[in-house]
Amino acid sequence: MKARRLLAVSGKEFLHVRRDPRSLVLAIAIPVVLLLLFGYVLTLDVDRVPMAVWDRSRTPESRELVSRFEGSRYFQVAQRAEGYPEVEEALDRGQVLAALVIPEDFAGKVRSDRSSVVQLLLDAAEANTATIALGYAEAVVSGYSSDLEVRWAHAKGLQGIRPPIDVRSRVWFNTDLESRNFIIPGLISVIMMIIAALLTSLTVAREWEQGTMEQLIATPVTAPELILGKLLPYFVIGMMDLVVAVAMGKYLFHVPMRGSLPLLFGIAAVFLVGALSLGMLFSVSTRSQFPASQMAMAFTFLPSYLLSGFVFSIDSMPPVVRAITHLVPSRYFVKVIKGIYLKGVGLGTLAVDTAPLLVFGAGLLLAATRMFRKKLG
Amino acid sequence: MTAPGGISVSARDLTRRFGDFVAVNRVTFDVRRGEVFGFLGPNGAGKSTTIRMLCGLLAPTAGEATVAGFDLRTQAESVKTRIGYMSQRFSLYEDLTVEENIDFFGGIYRIPSGRKRERKEWAIRMAGLSDHVRTRVAHLSGGWKQRLALGCAILHEPPILFLDEPTSGTDPISRRSFWDLIYSLSGGGTTVFLTTHHMDEAEYCDRLGLVYRGELVAMGSPRELKDGFPVERAEGIAPTLEDVFVSLVEGMDRAAGPVAEVRG
Ligand SMILES: Nc1ncnc2c1ncn2[C@@H]1O[C@H](COP(=O)(O)OP(=O)(O)O)[C@@H](O)[C@H]1O
Ligand SMILES: [Mg+2]
Repeated sequence: MKARRLLAVSGKEFLHVRRDPRSLVLAIAIPVVLLLLFGYVLTLDVDRVPMAVWDRSRTPESRELVSRFEGSRYFQVAQRAEGYPEVEEALDRGQVLAALVIPEDFAGKVRSDRSSVVQLLLDAAEANTATIALGYAEAVVSGYSSDLEVRWAHAKGLQGIRPPIDVRSRVWFNTDLESRNFIIPGLISVIMMIIAALLTSLTVAREWEQGTMEQLIATPVTAPELILGKLLPYFVIGMMDLVVAVAMGKYLFHVPMRGSLPLLFGIAAVFLVGALSLGMLFSVSTRSQFPASQMAMAFTFLPSYLLSGFVFSIDSMPPVVRAITHLVPSRYFVKVIKGIYLKGVGLGTLAVDTAPLLVFGAGLLLAATRMFRKKLG
Repeated sequence: MTAPGGISVSARDLTRRFGDFVAVNRVTFDVRRGEVFGFLGPNGAGKSTTIRMLCGLLAPTAGEATVAGFDLRTQAESVKTRIGYMSQRFSLYEDLTVEENIDFFGGIYRIPSGRKRERKEWAIRMAGLSDHVRTRVAHLSGGWKQRLALGCAILHEPPILFLDEPTSGTDPISRRSFWDLIYSLSGGGTTVFLTTHHMDEAEYCDRLGLVYRGELVAMGSPRELKDGFPVERAEGIAPTLEDVFVSLVEGMDRAAGPVAEVRG
């Protein structure tokens, strides 16, 4: 492989992009628009979820729990119910999205230092809202629960406090409960995947369609020189998209970044090579722009949107689907990018998810290079 | 680098089929170093298919060939370092300028940096493109595009040049300067293999192969071909290459019968 040839291919490819308004739009405008659109419209923040309360306990303890829901900006107690038929009707009619049922023995158990259970009913027709409302409800309940423990400990004159009960990781890592904070990082990975694969899916196919490939394959250029040379400008574009996306996340959506930025860019580079190589593989194997771009779209958009854990939690998927997600590179990158953004974890923790990205990147790049034939027909 | 005996290109029973259809049928010939060798035949005769096989772009179905001493079946990539190719269909980058196209191929052929400038200026001058260096190729006329394609094909001074219908669609003046260039390259030792379907142009070649329906029906210098095939003509008028070609082809068609006629 000769650097001179590789750079000649890259330089030429860069000129194509610069002169083709279509690819400029695809490379720069679409990522920004997608981020704005999803960032503002699809953020999953739920506000003032209407809820019904059936307080069967009617004690100071139960009233305090209800008042905490009333005090939360995420809930609004819209209805007091007496009995399940009433609760069900309110949910069925859509008057409320959630219902809290406090059992009769609630106060007794709390006072006697035994754990108590409250029931939360959710209208899961809107799964996202329900999931998030559940997270908020858990936060409210566990907040109350740990306050009770502190009080209990003081009453007993104890210094130590028992570990809080029922604190879920979702709430833990996204303490201000801003769904934007986990939507934006996931969104960045989805956009990178789609744009990268789409851009490269056109490049080799265009040369076959326009006939310029016939001239090119009559030269001593080798498959690695051609494929890597063509990837390079799109790699630079993909990284620029990432810079823009990270900057928008910080300055527009105020998503806190807890981890290392160089680490994020390093692992993103690996992910990007995989995404670019996937588009290249379609371009090389179909030799035709339309099917190649269709395949790039089909193999990136839905999988990276639905199966990456970006919006839908992988843990709550059926086992078969969960198994399939292991074949979706975005799955690993979403985990990496959320880990860096929200938890600030380092490479040690991320290695498990970086390794599959390396395998995908190297495998797809090798496949695209091997698939390229310097022959007509 | 040339094979012993000064043979640049050598084909033996070279054959290419597309499915059942035989596009090139057991073609055998040699091209000597520095020779201008022409493949003359009508559209669909198999000229482009032959040239593509010799450039290593298309795998032969059967037979063998050596180009610049390299075996086409096993060393096609080595062949590509020794040849310049100009395809029948214009295949440079329309969205790039003349200069950018030349620079690109200069990089691909790794022209030494010391010679880069000189080769580039030579190619631009030779193609008569000095006034259009920064013009996008899409805005050039057909004749100029062809000159640029030729310039890019000879940029790296290949010992063997394959030109597929290099003058089709160009004006007589371009054609004339093209032939001046071909002769000067050939005088410098470059082997030129070209295809054409213009009978008059074929006269300029040192040697010719007449191809029809995938077969090489006659071979020799224009003089030999005209002398060797007696054609009925009015007394005192010398037969042209066209007369030779037509009489050969008519003989073939008669022998092949009406089925083959439909095929053509
Ligand atoms: N890739 C291909 N697939 C099928 N048939 C082909 C292909 N390339 C050429 N042919 C056929 O082979 C014959 C010879 O074509 P070609 O070599 O292009 O002829 P020429 O260059 O002499 O006009 C034609 O009938 C053409 O249709
Ligand atoms: Mg042809």
